Amino acid sequence: MNETKRVDPQPLAKIATGIEGFDDLSGGGLPRNRTTLVMGGPGSGKTVFSLQALVNAARQRGESGIFVAFEERGREIMANAATFDWGLPALAEKQLYILDAHLSPTVVQSGEFDLSGILAILKAKQEAMHAGWIVFDGIDVLLTLLRDPIVEMREIYRIRDWLADNELTAIITAKMDSQTSAVVNYGFMQFMVDCVIRFDRRLEYGVPAHRLQVTKYRGSDFASGEFPLSFGRSGIEVAAPEPPEIIHEASTERVSAGIERFDAMLGGGLFRGSSTLITGAPGTSKTTLIGKFAETACQRGERTLFVSFDEGADQIMRNLSSVGIDLQAHVRSGLLRMYSGRTEARSAEEHLIKLRALIRDHQPRCMVIDPLSAMAKAGGISAARAVANRLIHLMKDSKITVVISALIEGNDPQTEATDLQISTIADTWIHLSYLVCSGERNRALTIVKSRGTWHSNQVRELVLSEAGPMLTDVYSAGGEVLMGTLRWEKEAEENARQRQRQAEFEHKQRELEFAEADTRARIKALELDLQRQQAELALYTLDGEARVLSSSEREHELRRMRGADLVTRTEPAAIPSRGPVKPRDASGSGTRKKASQGE
Amino acid sequence: MRRKQIVQPSDPAAVATVVMRLYVAGGAPNSVQAIANLEAICQQHLKGNYQLEIVDVFEQPLRALADGVIVTPSLTKLSPLPAAQVVGNLSDQSKVLLALGLQGKTP
Repeated sequence: MNETKRVDPQPLAKIATGIEGFDDLSGGGLPRNRTTLVMGGPGSGKTVFSLQALVNAARQRGESGIFVAFEERGREIMANAATFDWGLPALAEKQLYILDAHLSPTVVQSGEFDLSGILAILKAKQEAMHAGWIVFDGIDVLLTLLRDPIVEMREIYRIRDWLADNELTAIITAKMDSQTSAVVNYGFMQFMVDCVIRFDRRLEYGVPAHRLQVTKYRGSDFASGEFPLSFGRSGIEVAAPEPPEIIHEASTERVSAGIERFDAMLGGGLFRGSSTLITGAPGTSKTTLIGKFAETACQRGERTLFVSFDEGADQIMRNLSSVGIDLQAHVRSGLLRMYSGRTEARSAEEHLIKLRALIRDHQPRCMVIDPLSAMAKAGGISAARAVANRLIHLMKDSKITVVISALIEGNDPQTEATDLQISTIADTWIHLSYLVCSGERNRALTIVKSRGTWHSNQVRELVLSEAGPMLTDVYSAGGEVLMGTLRWEKEAEENARQRQRQAEFEHKQRELEFAEADTRARIKALELDLQRQQAELALYTLDGEARVLSSSEREHELRRMRGADLVTRTEPAAIPSRGPVKPRDASGSGTRKKASQGE
Repeated sequence: MRRKQIVQPSDPAAVATVVMRLYVAGGAPNSVQAIANLEAICQQHLKGNYQLEIVDVFEQPLRALADGVIVTPSLTKLSPLPAAQVVGNLSDQSKVLLALGLQGKTP
């Protein structure tokens, strides 16, 4: 049984360049103790890149390096490097040796030469300084003097062998014609070295765009796309690719947007770490809303970054103070950092890199950008779109709660959906619009979307005053939304109507109370009548009885007094009849008559 | 492989002595060639009225560094002024003569 043991792959040893973004896209930097070829046209950043790698190695890890300048003079390099925050003169004394290998034009060339001499010199220097890095900058300048491709190739192999023997991490830069995108005589160099980086500088929509691409990396993965780079204070910064997987923590903490009713509309405020987009036509108070959010963040004691484009920080602060938003105090305390960028002739990439640096320096928890759409001004929309996307992800990665404004011409949020297409990646989308009606222009606020939270579907009017922005209800009457004076009139009218209704109600109530009282009074009077009548009746009855009794008693008394026998009182015979008493037979004859008549 | 100061007596009244320094890289073919070419030129045109120092960069690299040597072989004329520098194996004799200011002095 032939069982081969599985061996873990040994990752290629790499050494960080310390160049922002590059170490990410190359998976750790340059191959350690190997040679990297940096190609590019003039002014594409080759020299800065290699010198910066050396500076960073010296500053961050105390590694020494030698920079062999074939193209520029040493003092030119020092002067150029002085525009960055490298502190090169201090480093140049001990850790970073710049060898001026620029061949003076007065030097006469007679016959073939080689590099064995300079390599011997460099070897001695390397040993003296224990250098781990070496850069051959503009090697082509020297080699083209040989005027023989075969000889040039021989010298390049000489350099390669020398580098391999000396275990140096090396960078060789060579000019490349960006039109043919090939180094004229050094095509084979790309096969010889372990890593090839191409630099490119071209004009995109009139704005110079710098790009970098790793085209070869022996034994290693690398991000193979073209990446934008820009020159900042610390040298080159590369916009490294974002990791393919989105890993954002979703916070449930709510952050106030600064206006109470606005928070209520959002179901309690913005989520911490979320992104909010405010769109609107010019003058719809985007900046005011944004400023209010920034002020509120500062009042909570959170570090905040205010980025504005094409409007100075002072002007913004002055304007905001007119609506009761005070940012100056927070700028003084250092909580708030204002940055105003100019968008003309600057690509979106450069803005991104600048913002990245600002975020790194200021470490904000909240951030506003006003307006992000300005980034698309120069350098083409597709680049700006990609940058906007990356920017939002960058802020999410840093857990920054961000509010961004975007200028929209027109008034319908659905049709425009913003040129930068940030509306799809933003968590919350607020749209501000104008409603022009009866000689007035009023601001309306709507929440177009808000991810993961209940939110109001109502339109609110945004009212600005010295006390700051606030939201009020709008009236919708007859299918029309009323704002401004009309709303005020409607409110007044409604109030008057309300008061009238109240008065009418009270009047009616009183009337009814009177009627009730009246009825009650009448009931009372009738009751009294009734009682009186009852009493009268009772009295009368009593009287009657008394009379009957007295008359019978009187008769009885009378009889007794006449001496008559005491017959029952009920004997009516005693009562005398009205007519004369007729004999019995007479009355009997009458009966008989009747009977005879009947016979 | 270091040769120093091949000094030849000369006629001081006639021409000023030419002082030169040649930097070579050990036994590298170009360096060997340069020495041979230079010696031939000196023989032919200076008639011994010259002073030549040959510096082997392999042996004195830091001196070569201080002197600003970039490629080898490299010839420097130190005097008489103006100073001149020629790089290469000196196979193009006319160029060397021009640089050394010996043009037209060929017998």
